[in-house]
Amino acid sequence: MATIEISCVEVWREISNYLGDEIPAELRERMEAHFKVCAHCTAVLDGMRNVVHLVGDGRIFQMPQGFSERLYERIRKAP
Amino acid sequence: MYFRLKMTLEQTQASANEADLIKRVCDGDREAFYELVRPHERLVYATALSILKNPADAEDAAQEAVLKALSHLNSFRGESKFSTWLVQITYNEAKLKLRKDRPHLYESLDKQQQSEDGDYWPKDFADWRPIPSELLEECEVRKALVNAINALEPIYRQVLILRDLNGLSIRDTMAVLGISVSNVKSRLHRARLLLRDILAPGIDGYWKIERSYSKVRPW
Repeated sequence: MATIEISCVEVWREISNYLGDEIPAELRERMEAHFKVCAHCTAVLDGMRNVVHLVGDGRIFQMPQGFSERLYERIRKAP
Repeated sequence: MYFRLKMTLEQTQASANEADLIKRVCDGDREAFYELVRPHERLVYATALSILKNPADAEDAAQEAVLKALSHLNSFRGESKFSTWLVQITYNEAKLKLRKDRPHLYESLDKQQQSEDGDYWPKDFADWRPIPSELLEECEVRKALVNAINALEPIYRQVLILRDLNGLSIRDTMAVLGISVSNVKSRLHRARLLLRDILAPGIDGYWKIERSYSKVRPW
């Protein structure tokens, strides 16, 4: 059966849900067919995937030095 | 299947440990409370930072939140995960601090909470090749990322921090922010697209060429 085409705008609207695997299989299939032929949408997908990867890395926010020790002291001294 | 089972077992084990620690704290063991909180320190700090944007203020709010959790631990019923409960307290504590110290910023935050989320279309179509993780070891790159995240409006920054940095589920994010599933999804979607547009000029090689990266776009 032929895949029903999907527009770039519809792809952009669902791209985050696509990454999170939160879309129906039929829509996923249509989006994947679209990515194969649309460089712009593939660029948006790659970019968003990179953003999720970079933000999720955990190294971006360095904890202030001595944070744990000061927290432990506050807990210890709490009434 | 094996990994899913392993994860479930690990989660069950972790929540049994958590329940044991909570019981010990309620019986007066202060050390157990530190043990309970320690795995979530970064989560608490990042949540406070996403609202206050200032490391010193975020640390203050994080400490206050942890102490509040200690004094109210008796009221924790285990309906959510301990980490979600702790993040919720931190979120409220950071907002309180913002209202007290910088009321003008709090008002704008409050107003934005009620605003509607319209569609946002990507503005930049630069081709991003996969980014090596080592890139994050470079101080300039981390700085550019933090600047970009801080440039987001609070409603988008908070969802992004909770979901993508702290790894909270959609359900937990809803509970912390008090918004609907569709709002969590649409705000996260917009936050990711905005961040992508802000970072795109640097990602395609700019960070490698220049010593300092300051081309963070204003949108």
